[in-house]
Formats: sequence, C-alpha cells, structure tokens
Amino acid sequence: MSAIDVVSLSRIQFGMTALYHFLFVPLTLGLSLLIAIMESVYVMTGRAVWRDMTKFWGLLFGINFAMGVATGITMEFQFGTNWAYYSHYVGDIFGAPLAIEGLMAFFLEATFVGLFFFGWNRLSKVGHLTVTWMVAIGSNLSALWILVANAWMQHPVGAHFNFQTMRMELVSFSAVLLNPVAQAKFVHTVAAGYVVGSVFVLAISSWYLLRGRNVELARRSMAVAASFGLACSLSVVVLGDESGYLAGENQKMKVAAIEGEWTTEAAPAGFTVFGLPDTAAHVTRAQVKIPWLLGLIATRSLDQPLTGIDELVDRARVRIRSGIQAHVALQALRANPSDLAARSQFSAHQADLGYGLLLLRYVDDPVNARPAQIDQAAWFTVPDVPVLFWSFRIMVALGLFFIALFATAFYLASRHRFERSRWFLKLSLVSLPLPWIAAELGWTVAEYGRQPWSIDGVLPTFLGVSTLHAGSVIASIAGFVLFYSTLAVVEVYLMLRMIRRGPEGLGFWPLPVVGSGSPVAGEVHV
Amino acid sequence: MFDYSVLRVIWWLILGVLLIGFAIADGFDMGVAAVFRFVGRNDEERRSLLESVEPVWEGNQVWFILGGGAVFAAWPLLYAASFSNLYLAMLLVLLTFILRPVGFTFRNKIADPRWRSVWDWTLTGTGLVAPLLFGVAFGNLFLGIPFHFDSLMRPMYTGGFFNLLSPFALLVGIVSLAMLVQHGATYASLKADQTLSKRAAAVGGYAAFAFILTFVLAGVWVAYRMAGDHIVSGADPQGPSNPLLKSVTVTPGAWLTNYHAHEALWLAPLLAIVASLLTFLLLRAGRPGIAFVTSSLTLAGTILTGGIGLFPFLMPSSTNPNQGLTVWDASSSAKTLGLMLGAVILFLPIVLAYTTWVYRVLKGRVTLDYIRNHSNLY
Repeated sequence: MSAIDVVSLSRIQFGMTALYHFLFVPLTLGLSLLIAIMESVYVMTGRAVWRDMTKFWGLLFGINFAMGVATGITMEFQFGTNWAYYSHYVGDIFGAPLAIEGLMAFFLEATFVGLFFFGWNRLSKVGHLTVTWMVAIGSNLSALWILVANAWMQHPVGAHFNFQTMRMELVSFSAVLLNPVAQAKFVHTVAAGYVVGSVFVLAISSWYLLRGRNVELARRSMAVAASFGLACSLSVVVLGDESGYLAGENQKMKVAAIEGEWTTEAAPAGFTVFGLPDTAAHVTRAQVKIPWLLGLIATRSLDQPLTGIDELVDRARVRIRSGIQAHVALQALRANPSDLAARSQFSAHQADLGYGLLLLRYVDDPVNARPAQIDQAAWFTVPDVPVLFWSFRIMVALGLFFIALFATAFYLASRHRFERSRWFLKLSLVSLPLPWIAAELGWTVAEYGRQPWSIDGVLPTFLGVSTLHAGSVIASIAGFVLFYSTLAVVEVYLMLRMIRRGPEGLGFWPLPVVGSGSPVAGEVHV
Repeated sequence: MFDYSVLRVIWWLILGVLLIGFAIADGFDMGVAAVFRFVGRNDEERRSLLESVEPVWEGNQVWFILGGGAVFAAWPLLYAASFSNLYLAMLLVLLTFILRPVGFTFRNKIADPRWRSVWDWTLTGTGLVAPLLFGVAFGNLFLGIPFHFDSLMRPMYTGGFFNLLSPFALLVGIVSLAMLVQHGATYASLKADQTLSKRAAAVGGYAAFAFILTFVLAGVWVAYRMAGDHIVSGADPQGPSNPLLKSVTVTPGAWLTNYHAHEALWLAPLLAIVASLLTFLLLRAGRPGIAFVTSSLTLAGTILTGGIGLFPFLMPSSTNPNQGLTVWDASSSAKTLGLMLGAVILFLPIVLAYTTWVYRVLKGRVTLDYIRNHSNLY
C-alpha cells in the first residue's frame, strides 16, 4: 500500500513539474523563431525598428529561456530520482534520444543564446543573425528529440525484452526515430509553440496600440505575429496529434476515451461535440454528434471503424492472460536460462508481458490472479474518460478560436486597420493566457491519457517508481511548490515590468529611432 | 564495430571526458558564483564578475544535462540506482541548478539593492553547495552506497540522507569545493578588471593550497584507512548487463589495486597536484591565461584519479558488495553503446568547435568602465 502512495506522490510531482516546464517551452519555441524572422527582416531591410523589435522581444525571450532551462533540468533528472525502475527498464532506448538532444540540439541553442544578448557589438549583422537562427534551430531540434523519446512511450517500436538483463533493449534505432507517432507529435507540438509565441506577441503589441505607445514597433510585430500565427494555428489543428493515435493499442484506447465511445461505431464514426461520459454505466449521455467527422480526424478515411472502449477492454483481458504466461516463463528463465520450454513459451507471449505486469497491482504473483482481478486489471487500462473528453474539446475549441483570431488579425494587418479596431486589440489582449491553457490541455490528453502505462503496453506506471519513502517525496514536492511558485511570481513580475517600461524605457537603445537604415552609433547592449 | 567489452571501456572513458568537460565549463560558473560576492566589494564589481559568466553559463550548463543524458543512455542502471538512492542530495543539487540560471538572469533586471542582495546570496549558495555535494557523492562511491536489487531488479536503498555526510565524504566535498573555487577564481582573474583580477588570483591561490592539502589527505585515507572492492569471479566483460552474477571481496587498500598493477597510472594524481601547484604559481605571477589551462588539468587529474581507483566499479554497494555496479554489468546493450558512440564522435567535435568560436568572440576582460557605461539589464 505504501508503494502505491509513493506512486501517487511521484506522479503528482512529475505531472506538476512537467506542466510547469511546459509553460516555458512553447514560448521559447515560438519566440525564438519569431525573433529570428524579425532579425532577418532587419538584416535584409536595414531598418532599425526591426532591430529594436528583435531586442525587445529578445529580452522577454531571455527571461523565459532561463526558466525553461532551469525547469528542464528537473525533467531529465526526475526519471532517475523518482522513476528508477522505469529508467532501468527502458534506459537502453529512451536514454538515447535524450542524450542526442543534449549533444545535437540543446548545446547549439544554449551556447549561442548568450551571444544573442552579448554579441550585438562583437559580431557583424549577418554574424548575429546566424547566431539567432542557431538558437531557433537548436530549440526546434530539441523539441524533435524530446518528442521522439516521448513518442516511444506512447508507441514503443524497435525494441524487445531481454530476460538476461530484465529490461527492454534497442533493436532498431531507425524505427524509434521514424516512429509515426513522433512525426505527428513533433509537427503538432512545435506548431502549438509557434501559436503560443504569436499570441504572446499579438497580445502585448495590442496593449501598446491600445495605449498608443511604440506604435511602429507594435504594428510591425502584430503583422509578423498575424501571418505566422495564422499559418501555425491552421497547422496545429489540421495536423493534429490524432493521426498518430491509431498506431498502438493504448493510442486506440486514448481516442476512444477522448470520444467517450464505449462501443465500437461503424465507419465513418461521428464526432461527439457534447456529451456527458458516465464511467459507471459505460455510456456517454446527451450526445450531440457531427456525422463522419471523427472518422476523418482519427483515421483520415471513411471506411475504417473506431474501436470502442468495451471491445478494447475485452482485448486487454486476453492479453493479460497471455501476459501471465509470459511472466511464468520469465521466472523460469531467470532461474535457468537454458530452459528451452520456458524460452519458447516466453517468446510466444513476451509481447504481452506488460499486461501481465499490470496484475502486480493486485497480486504478488500474476499466476495467482483470480478472474475478478484480471477483470479489474483490464478495466484499469481505460484512462480517465471525462478528463480526456473535456480536455480535448476545450483544446480543439481554443484551436479554432486561434484560427479566427489570427485570420482577423491578418485581415486587419493587410488593411492597416489595427489602431482603429480597438475591439480587436482588446480581444487579443485578453486572449493572452489561452494558448497556454490549450498547450497544458494538450499535454494532459497525451500524457494523462497514456495512463495506466509509462510505456504503452510494456511498463505500467505504478511499477516504474523508485523505492523511496513517501516522506522524501513529500519533502521534494514541498520544495518544488515553494520554489516554483516563488519563481513563477518573480518571472511574471519581471515580464510585466519589462513590458510596462516598454522598449523605450529599457535604456538599451539610443532614441529616437530613425528608420534610416544604418544602426545608430554607440554601443547598444542588452 | 567494436566488441562489447571495448565499447564499455570506451564509454567509461567518455563518461570521464563528459565529467571533465562539465567540471571545466560549468565548474568556473560555480566557482565564480561561490566567490564573486567576496571578490567584488560593490555592485559594479560584482556585476563585472557576473558578466564574465553571463554570456556562457547556458552552454556550460548543458555539460551537466548532457552528462545526465549520457549516463541515462549508456549506464541506465547507474543512472537509476544513483539518482534514486541519493534522492535528497540529488534534489538539492538540482535546486542549485535551478536557482543559478534564474539568478544570473534575474539579478540585474532590477536595481534595488535588496533585490540584488537576495540574488547575490542565492548565487553564492548555489556556488558553494553544488561542488560540495558533488564531492560528497564522489566520496561516497569509495565508501560504497547501501543498496541492493530485488528480484525484479529494482534498486533498493537502505541508507538515509545524513548517512552520506560521513567525515571522508565531507573531506572529498572540500576537495571538490577547493578545486572549483580555484578554477572559478582563475577564470575571474582572467576576465575581470585589473584590481579585481589580483583579488581573484589571491583567492585562487588559497584554494589551490587547500586543494592540494585535502586531496593528498583523502588519498592517504583511501590508501591506509579504507577497504575497497575487488571482483573475484563472475563478471564477464562481454556478458549481459546483470549485476547479480559476480562475487566481490572487500579488502583494505583495494582501491589502489589498479595503481599497483600499472604504475604509470600514478601520473593522474601527480597531474592533479602539479597542475594545482602551477596554477598557484601562475596566478601569483599574473598569468591567469595559462593558469586557466593548468587549473583545467587539475580537474582532469582529480577526476581521473578517482575513476581509476574505482575501475571497473562505477557504484560499489556497501551492504551487498556483490551487487555493486561495474563497467561490465551496468551498461546499455552493445547496440545502444555503438549508436551513442557514433553520435558522440559526430557531434562532440562540432560542439567543441562552436563553443571555441563563441569564447573567441567574447575574448577580453570585462572592465569596470564597460560596466559603468552599459545598461544593467542583463
């Protein structure tokens, strides 16, 4: 029982720190690229206002970046501190993309970001622009590798179980890299990051325009955010994550849970816009459906059916029974590695070993599991339906709202009518927190929806935990709450202060800014 | 490409390279953070010391992150067992790595002296605590960590946080702190304005002295007062990574077995001592550039000394020595080791190339004049 407590505590800590880290990551992804675009325009046109834009947004980027770095370290080390068995069980595969991320991406991003701030007077224009692009490329590559690692948790391809080492081992790195879930996730997540960055720039620029401050800078910033944001908000919805959801069994379960679809529906399935999932009765009440839409979203086709929860649970039950056989054979092999009968039994059932391990939640040895416990374990594979159902719908609604927001912004920008459309400026300003809500909900759908698995079908979450005392984890949670809340307050305070003082009040540029072409003489330093 | 045992030894060497890279790069961040408040006597001086680190701390910190990632990928059992067993110590280290970046970034954003004072003390704390804890962790490897594995291969830790703070471990903590203060002060001496440079050089000199003293003391302790582990059978350098198959004896002085077998290895501790002595002399002679090189060699010599002593052990167990983790039974599969070796060969030279370029762009001292005439936003 105390083991379960450490599991809950470790999950709370992981969820908390991941959601917190994910406040900073999307803004880094989006702003780094927007800044690189602004500086490119500066280098091409030589207009100083574009350099000022680069510096101003860069300053806000810097505050956010430090928080991203600081909270990201927690994520990498938490696998080892709180999920030791997970780390041992899958480190052979999961560790590789994390290490490559450091080598290939994070080093690039982090080494150049210092020069972005301190290199203005030490580098040529093109030299500095190159540095800025290195930061943007580095952050995006970083997302790629992290999502390759994460996609493997959702859909573990290219690996097998080695009974001699009691862990999963790499079979094909190209399968891990080209995992279809990874591709879908990468496009969806970075596009979401660009939307966060664009809304951020749009909202703050709106605030300036509402006050009639920094008009040149704000107007141009809005134009960049509008066009970039429109393209990205379209991609984030159209190239949603769901295309990857049919790849694995748990992914199918995730789609069924998102839909509150208890029984398999004939193709093409309809999308439930509204409904009240009832987890006790296994029905979704008061449904309002749009015909065909779900089939199109999830299968990109009209003829593939979507499997319902009930049927997926039936399949899980079969796999749990097979997993018991795998577990029995594994014990025999551990005792005597040359036991040929055990070896053939294990290879017949090893794909279901993870399902056998699910029973360790209910019994010490899966072979002693009673049918009722097998049934319990099978239903345990269903994630939290109402949470997924609503998280997904709110996220999609926000996604559609962003498309409308950016389309309007794009229209207004092309007509040069931002200042006259005060209603729109106000709308943009109050939209500021929305993309973060969408991003956090997206994380919830993907990761909370992965439960009860750490690695889909391979390792249940409760088994991956470290052997810690609950008191230690409570202490670390308390520490995280204390320091993370303080830092959040400080970060928001600093951001608001920088924004309120505005580019003109920050003292890093010589005023007045003349759009004459050459950079103003004198050392400019951020 | 290579056979399994060779790959494992290569990855042991890469682990050493990454640790040394981390100590050299991030070490001076920590060292500067530890001493800047005392070397710099007013806000301008402190700002100039911090500004010598601010453009590069992000890149330096990646050595720490890469180290973690590489241990995860190449030594998953070591990653799992060490991080969970040393839970509270690791989280304390983590806290310093959270607070230092935000300290660097946030400190100068507001001019209020109280605000700056809070961040100055925070930075000082991170610069003192992290090196101390790294040393304590390293020292505990020689003493053995109280852990074993259960039937599912879950690492079970049976000690507590305060058990880690034994006299020997604290001594190694001071070795590590002295070494990184020497390193940070040398860097400050290289980058800071003349008067500050002299003050930093003096601090670096004291630190070098403290380092040599404690390093030798720790060595004598290991040689005469400590039992070490030795594998007697069951470890197969080509075999699967299963730490439950070997037998280990524990005998006094066994951590010197490798040194007795290959006398050339004594060059590692000799390097640490001579390089630190040279750092001391070069700092006094006002040659911080070369002193930074010799200080880096001090770090390399120290890490090699410890690694060679433990080899092939990575994390010995005090409660169940047979289950201690070694190079032969805690690695990834040959396939992953090979793949990751390729990634290191491909990317590490590129990383070193652009890092060198960045440092060249940033060459030169951060003068007080410069600090006075510049915005203090960053």
